[in-house]
Amino acid sequence: MSSPEQSELTERILKYLEGVEQVDSLQLAKEFGIEHQKIVGAVKSIQAHGERLLHVESVTRKSLELTEEGQAVAQGGSHEANVFAAVPEQGIKRTELLAAGGASAQLGFSKAMSLGWLWLDRSVQPTLVRRKVSAIVDEVREQLLQLAELSAKDVAEYKKRKLLQELTIKSLLLSKGAEFSTTLTKLETDLTTDMLASGQWQQLQFKPYNFDALGAAPARGQLHPLLKVRSEFRQIFLEMGFSEMATNNYVEASFWNFDALFQPQQHPARDAHDTFFVKQPAQCGPLPEDYVQRVATVHSVGGYGSRGYGYNWQLAEAEKNLLRTHTTAVSARTLYQLAKQPNGFKPAKYFSIDKVFRNEALDATHLAEFHQVEGVIANVGLTLGDLIGTLHEFFRKLGISELQFKPTYNPYTEPSMEVYCYHPGLAKWIEVGNSGIFRPELVLPMGLPPDVNVLAWGLSLERPTMIKYGINNIRDLVGPKVDLKMVEEGPICRLDHD
Amino acid sequence: MPTIGVKRDLLFDALGKKYTDDEFQELCFAFGLELDEVTTEKQMLTKEQGDVAAAADASEEIIYRIDIPANRYDLLCLEGLVTALRVFQGKVKPPKFEFVEPAQRQVLKINPSTAQIRPFAVAAVLRNVTFTQDSYNSFIDLQDKLHQNICRKRTLVAIGTHDLDTIKGPFSYEALPPEQIKFVPLNQTQELNGVQLMDFYATHAQLKQYLPIIRDSPVYPVIYDANRVVLSLPPIINGDHSKISLKTKNVFIECTATDLTKAKVVLDTIVCLFSEHCAKKFTVEPCDVVQTDGTIISYPELAVRTERISVKRANAYIGINEPASKLADMLTRMYLETEVDAKDSDSLNVKIPPTRHDVIHACDVYEDVAIAFGYNNIKKSLPAFMQIAKQFPLNKLTEQLREQVAQAGFTEALTFTLCSRDDIALKLNKKIEALPAVHIGNPKTLEFQVVRTTLLPGLLKTLVANRKMPLPMKLFEISDVVLADEAAEVGARNERRLCAVNCNKSAGFEVVHGLLDRVMQVLSVPWKTGGADKGYYLQATEDPSYFPGRCANVMYNDAVIGRIGVLHPSVLQAFDLTTPCSAVEFTIEPFV
Repeated sequence: MSSPEQSELTERILKYLEGVEQVDSLQLAKEFGIEHQKIVGAVKSIQAHGERLLHVESVTRKSLELTEEGQAVAQGGSHEANVFAAVPEQGIKRTELLAAGGASAQLGFSKAMSLGWLWLDRSVQPTLVRRKVSAIVDEVREQLLQLAELSAKDVAEYKKRKLLQELTIKSLLLSKGAEFSTTLTKLETDLTTDMLASGQWQQLQFKPYNFDALGAAPARGQLHPLLKVRSEFRQIFLEMGFSEMATNNYVEASFWNFDALFQPQQHPARDAHDTFFVKQPAQCGPLPEDYVQRVATVHSVGGYGSRGYGYNWQLAEAEKNLLRTHTTAVSARTLYQLAKQPNGFKPAKYFSIDKVFRNEALDATHLAEFHQVEGVIANVGLTLGDLIGTLHEFFRKLGISELQFKPTYNPYTEPSMEVYCYHPGLAKWIEVGNSGIFRPELVLPMGLPPDVNVLAWGLSLERPTMIKYGINNIRDLVGPKVDLKMVEEGPICRLDHD
Repeated sequence: MPTIGVKRDLLFDALGKKYTDDEFQELCFAFGLELDEVTTEKQMLTKEQGDVAAAADASEEIIYRIDIPANRYDLLCLEGLVTALRVFQGKVKPPKFEFVEPAQRQVLKINPSTAQIRPFAVAAVLRNVTFTQDSYNSFIDLQDKLHQNICRKRTLVAIGTHDLDTIKGPFSYEALPPEQIKFVPLNQTQELNGVQLMDFYATHAQLKQYLPIIRDSPVYPVIYDANRVVLSLPPIINGDHSKISLKTKNVFIECTATDLTKAKVVLDTIVCLFSEHCAKKFTVEPCDVVQTDGTIISYPELAVRTERISVKRANAYIGINEPASKLADMLTRMYLETEVDAKDSDSLNVKIPPTRHDVIHACDVYEDVAIAFGYNNIKKSLPAFMQIAKQFPLNKLTEQLREQVAQAGFTEALTFTLCSRDDIALKLNKKIEALPAVHIGNPKTLEFQVVRTTLLPGLLKTLVANRKMPLPMKLFEISDVVLADEAAEVGARNERRLCAVNCNKSAGFEVVHGLLDRVMQVLSVPWKTGGADKGYYLQATEDPSYFPGRCANVMYNDAVIGRIGVLHPSVLQAFDLTTPCSAVEFTIEPFV
């Protein structure tokens, strides 16, 4: 804004104004021999130094100007006059006349005919064009040479004939303001250490600040939105007194993922269509022998009050390695450890949030890997009412206060409840999780006391996150295709806050 | 979870009441079902097959598609669903199933040869059945649903149903070489042998999936009647000769199996649900199945067993306090006829009918108490004990470091754990054989071949996908890789890594180096100089993923914990990156 060229121009304008009452910016441009746009820019820069330096008034003027065709007429005569001139005394064949008269001859011929300057002599063959009057006055040309005297009707007529055009010209009418001065004070943009040290800041004038503009974005890193939600869930569990399970083992034996959870070996979830089996290393190492025996028995012939599934349980099937399909595999390991505590059973509350893997069909809301959130409570005499109460507290911390429970079937819980919450935005009940009491066939072979009940619930981390942030495609949230701009501009995660 | 489609008007006729969609949905919800979709045959055809022409003639009768819990085989058809709902509403008592003894029982003899391929068989007869088009369709659909679910796509159990008046017992269940089995398959006109049959159905939309169950076996299972008429070649197809029609009066049902328990459940389920259409409702004619050792077992079992359930325990399990008589009423509504024990008022005698094979433990009965009581009527309570919570130390450190690295100006990525072999090997100038990678046996696509052994490819892919962002781009991830490790219990272990990349007009090694310094600073690990015995330092090394002379091991207490360097141009090219990058990746586990 303050190039040397421009500050020179601003000074020139101010000096010029000192000697006159007022001046139009167009006039200035003509006198200085400078583009009008530059004058306007210089005036704006003067105004930026102070509102009251200049009095500036916008002026809009309309002016008439000849078009290219109009200029040709003004110089060489109207088309009709030219056609008239081209007709000799003895007449001329129409084709010859039009050929000689150039592009506008046809137009001029029609006009000359309607003005009664020419007539068609049909008494001879071929028909001849002859003069009807001996001389004419080319009024069109004369009027175009005297634009200022044109009547409104004529203006309209010539505009229609594309001989005239109307221009809108904007300019600024400049005069001295209340604080007029021929020199400008340089405006400071920012307060500097030098100004502070010298005390100069007291004399200097500062450029007015534009409070409507955005500030400079702070240089920063950002946490991933889904992992911010993960932190929030961790926090909620910790607030509720749940201890975190060690879930850093993606490769798991089928035994812990299925068999220990009383999931029969022919269960569809154990199908290669649903589960990623590991080719290398294909098999787990030794499993706890006596526990495996108890699990084998409860599957095949029952026990602990159960009839079992009545099939031939195979160790080889249990030893197959896979990518865990749920973190409940870790819950099984954790509960097995709880049962083995040397000082006897103590009640416990656990949670985990980590990745699980499913070899299922992929779509906009399903990936082959996602995060599972899981809570587990073990104590003597726990009830389904305790589970319902705990779920209400848990979901209240997520900002969800209306819950409903639907009977469902899970192989490893009984009773089993799907958790539904009312979503005011979608105006409907949506499923948000699954829960239940672990079956005795799962808990008792581990060696937990017979009167201990284990409550558990699980949900995915991605689904509530997508609902909360209105994300429709999971690939916009998870994986390399995430939009880093979305990551960088994302809010902090406040699940209990709308 | 299986889904069944039933005609709404038939359903409401059978229930004896018309519901709105919402009312029916509420009934389903309370009982543990879900009204998945309200549609018509026409809409289903148009939607599933895009076949508008075929749909033109299809029915516009309203169909309810209902999700059924995977263990409730007794609800897989209209007949079973209606009975269960009417019992649930207290409108009828659970039916009692009775045997009707014929003058002479039908006999099915199991030949020892079947042991090689499909050793078990059970059978039953339904007499004086009246089929309508709807009940006939329901009968076929039920068999299909059972085949898809409990029968595990016919691998465990295969069902054959026959018009008994077209065949003559005793029946023989054998296993023979495929060339020797000749018959006209269901709805065909031409006789085929076992080998030809495999070719004939190799491209059949529904049947081709069952062929591999027996295709490569030297013998195929087959059931003959006394005149060597083929009833069925399980688990593929029945013979045309004995097929059921609307005119069929007497139905012979056989189930062959590799799992006897499931075969019994399937047979019980079919006869229980369809004995409703017998002239004398809920009656079944038993068959004698001669085992390979000559013993005779009568099927179906239709066993009703009685479980003694403690009122106190049932109430305590749910967290309610209802009197014994009320619990008995509630269980009866759940299809489990229950009486309070005459001598012990704390005991309930619960009759488990042959329709409820899902009840295998007292806890299954407790669940039915809870459902009948209404999950949403149970009083909320909280477990009455306290615990001092503990974080998993590795996760706690991860959370702390994520904050620190983000504060250092790096943005967090979340990338996939599964990837292709090329992602971790070829593209990084490495050989897959030399990597301790865990390989997936059944990947559906290249993206799921291995579990990542490094976090780097995920970050590089994130950079590429965000090329429009202004430079520099600085990304990080703290997450697990998985390494094959013979010492680990399952032969593989996770390792928690921190990986960061700097992507800019110049590689900027010092940027990722500076981050490493900062992380070590917040971990109170000193830069090891001179003779100090603890700390971290860099040790020059060569790695084909990195630019020659611009790569170092990250050392901690003289052990290699990771690598740092400028990425090799061929690596950048492999990931479609046109800007230089420097990267650091190391395990954080030694710092827990």
